[in-house]
Amino acid sequence: MLDQTPKELIKRDGLRINPLKTCQPVGALYAALGVKKCMPHSHGSQGCVSYHRTFLTRHFKEPAIASSSSFTEGASVFGGGANLRSSVKNIFDLYDPDIIAVHTTCLSETIGDDLNSYILEMEIPDDKLVVHCNTPSYVGSHIHGYANMVAGFIKYLADKNAPKNEKLGFFPGFVNPGDLREYKRLLELMGVEFIMLPDQTGVMDSPMTGVYEMFPKGGTTIEEIRALGGVKEALAMGDFASTEPALVLKSKCGVETKVLPLPFGVEGTDKFLMELSRISGNPVPKVLEEERGRLIDLMLDANPYFYAKRCSIFGDPDTVLGILSLALELGMKPIHLITGTPGELFERKAKEILAAYGLEGEGRVKSSGDLFELHQWIKNDGSDLLIGTSYGKQIAKAEDLPFVRAGFPVLDRYGHAYEPLLGYQGGLILAKRIADTIMDRMDRDVLDEDLEVVM
Amino acid sequence: MTLKILEDRLSSIAFKGKEARSRVSCGKNSVSGAVSQRACVFCGARVVLNPITDAFHLVHGPIGCASYTWDIRGSLSSGSQLYRHSFSTDLKEKDVVFGGAEKLEAAVREIVEKYQPPLIFIYSTCLVGVIGDDVEAVCRKAESQYGIRVINVKAPGFAGHKAMGYRLASEAIMKLISREPEVPKEKFGVNILGDYNLAGEAWIIGNYLKEIGVPVVTTFTGDSTCASLRRSLGALLNVVQCAGSMMYLAKGMEESFDIPFIKASFFGLADTKSALLKIADLIGSKEVRRKAAILCHRETEKAQRELSPYLPKLKGKKAAIFVGGGFKAISLMRQFEELGMETVLVGTQTGTSEDYEVIASLASKGTVILDDANPSELESFMRQKGADILVGGVKERPLAYKLGIAFCDHNHERKIPLSGFTGAVNFTKEINLSINSPVWAHLRKKPSLGIWS
Repeated sequence: MLDQTPKELIKRDGLRINPLKTCQPVGALYAALGVKKCMPHSHGSQGCVSYHRTFLTRHFKEPAIASSSSFTEGASVFGGGANLRSSVKNIFDLYDPDIIAVHTTCLSETIGDDLNSYILEMEIPDDKLVVHCNTPSYVGSHIHGYANMVAGFIKYLADKNAPKNEKLGFFPGFVNPGDLREYKRLLELMGVEFIMLPDQTGVMDSPMTGVYEMFPKGGTTIEEIRALGGVKEALAMGDFASTEPALVLKSKCGVETKVLPLPFGVEGTDKFLMELSRISGNPVPKVLEEERGRLIDLMLDANPYFYAKRCSIFGDPDTVLGILSLALELGMKPIHLITGTPGELFERKAKEILAAYGLEGEGRVKSSGDLFELHQWIKNDGSDLLIGTSYGKQIAKAEDLPFVRAGFPVLDRYGHAYEPLLGYQGGLILAKRIADTIMDRMDRDVLDEDLEVVM
Repeated sequence: MTLKILEDRLSSIAFKGKEARSRVSCGKNSVSGAVSQRACVFCGARVVLNPITDAFHLVHGPIGCASYTWDIRGSLSSGSQLYRHSFSTDLKEKDVVFGGAEKLEAAVREIVEKYQPPLIFIYSTCLVGVIGDDVEAVCRKAESQYGIRVINVKAPGFAGHKAMGYRLASEAIMKLISREPEVPKEKFGVNILGDYNLAGEAWIIGNYLKEIGVPVVTTFTGDSTCASLRRSLGALLNVVQCAGSMMYLAKGMEESFDIPFIKASFFGLADTKSALLKIADLIGSKEVRRKAAILCHRETEKAQRELSPYLPKLKGKKAAIFVGGGFKAISLMRQFEELGMETVLVGTQTGTSEDYEVIASLASKGTVILDDANPSELESFMRQKGADILVGGVKERPLAYKLGIAFCDHNHERKIPLSGFTGAVNFTKEINLSINSPVWAHLRKKPSLGIWS
């Protein structure tokens, strides 16, 4: 369907075509769903939250709960304070969450609603909490919204006077519940006690029981967020999604924090485990060493099929950088790396990773890009494989490219949110997805007489 | 858990048979703080206009509104695929401060230079409504500069709910067609209003009409083009299928261009048949009437033959309906009746009081009727009524599944055509597939050997 994309690259000043990002509030909503008994609340028109819930539901195949201030004309002229006050009252009366996490929208930001003072001045039941963060849709992307909401919880709740504990503060980044489960498994295997914020397991991958829970069992508890102020140190995974919460925790509570890339592939996971080993003083257990060995085994077994494959990777910045590392380890040659999220850091990091594999100055790398541009690159340079979100399927079809789904969102396949892409196990899953896709294509394209049962 | 209902919401819920509260109050703004299933003005306008296949749909605002509405509606096209792209101005902080009109002008210029389109719709979202860009001026200037139609759809989300967006879309279409010079009338020609060609539904209806000698001039807006819409004034009759989204346009075309309209539904055997016969009657040709009678007889028989094996499996099952418009809800109630099923809950996002009167007249005693429901209300009433299946849209699907209730998508995400005689059979199969899926057995028959903690 995208065959209308012209090959010739033209500079665009006003037009965004086929975006590779969405707005901050949806990220904030996802973050807030990772706090126990929390109602995410969108301070804006009711359409916003309807879209965000739908978008998350389409990816996770789960209900995504959130309320809205439902702005009217009046609110957008006189301010949304009254709407927020009645929202908070109604939400506690009706749905009885422990905490409401408010995020703003382009509308409430532009009319200048001051959420700080609204929340300070409003009546909140004694045992209940209201927190907020600013998520103007015209700045950054959903990744920034996610980071801002996590930081918002810390600003309001992390207690710098909390009793010191031996735990690790852990910010997982914008990843799927499957990845969060993998993180937890690795942390437990390494003997690291932790507080993870946010934690959408049990919420956005809740099991089928025949009972609908508006607030499912999962999520970081308020007590845990308070105790973040007393942790030994904190690890923040992903420069784009987790730096902001790390900075806020450090400045508010004086906690030492370290930012790491998402642990994709062998080296990424090695680094992550070494960090956990340093923190816990425990060696890496045999079971993980064996997992590492199995991943390398698969990489070796299938290496002729990966080797020198020119691939195009797109999606959210932390995820693209992670997949880039794994792709390079597999022996592939990434030629296109693009994210819609703004931030020159993405280009710098991607180029560093490429340079480490002797690909200095090669390929096209861009932040603040869009899929139209990626499609144009592919028309000009060709590509052997496309890796990214569901929105790549149109390009894949137009250019007849093999296509591997990874990242957020995957709207057109099931079960993706359950499967980790992180750690050695996630590496196995992603490497297998890539190999299967490349080899299925070979089987499809090969002449009948060349079709091989053994490959 | 007992259901708590906000006092402001009480008037929006009724129970058939309890006289004191059998009228539903509707069309109100959603309550602040409620988890509403409802969308906004922009959404309403966008879903109505988006199926116009060769138009450029340019969203003027920050990226979100363009991102969420990109290629999500399964409206099929027989020609251009342009409408499936996402075009936006992706406004940034500096645009908020200094205004976005300049960027908008640049975007329009870039579209015209690259694609020479006949028509551009500019959707102004919340932010634009507040920063006050003069979008009308940009449109006027572009129209005179490039000689194409550039139409502003002023759709800030805060200006009401989805139904207001439908109205704005209708106004935009009126702007487009009202500037057409004399359009010659097409013999027996009709327009279909409110069919978005989901899964090719407009083609099915178009083929029936073609067979009885009634050409469809254009559909509003499934698989339509700028050119086909411009020819729409050549029709003798407007057939309004989705009244929720298209009544305003139908009335406008009747007032301004003397094209009468009828409401018709193509969901279910009975409704499809009566719609076709009614159209044939109004066209007033004996030949058309004769052909319509033959087609309806043939197709009804065929469909009944095909769906009869499913009827015993569905008999007595209980259905809950939560859809966008009232007219569709009414059709679905009739369809469930045809299948021998009972409707125990009916809700809509944007139904009118006339719709709710019809719904109440069709409903059996005890049926719950509700406007702009939230998930808690849906959950509670579905459990209370023992619903076996919910018919709804994307947000309702996981809710139904979590409750162990079957589901049928009758909204944007349906992949199989559900209209016409063919659609009635498909609908029956869909309902059967979901209600009688073997997966439910695993949920209901968990082994109780004391192995679960």
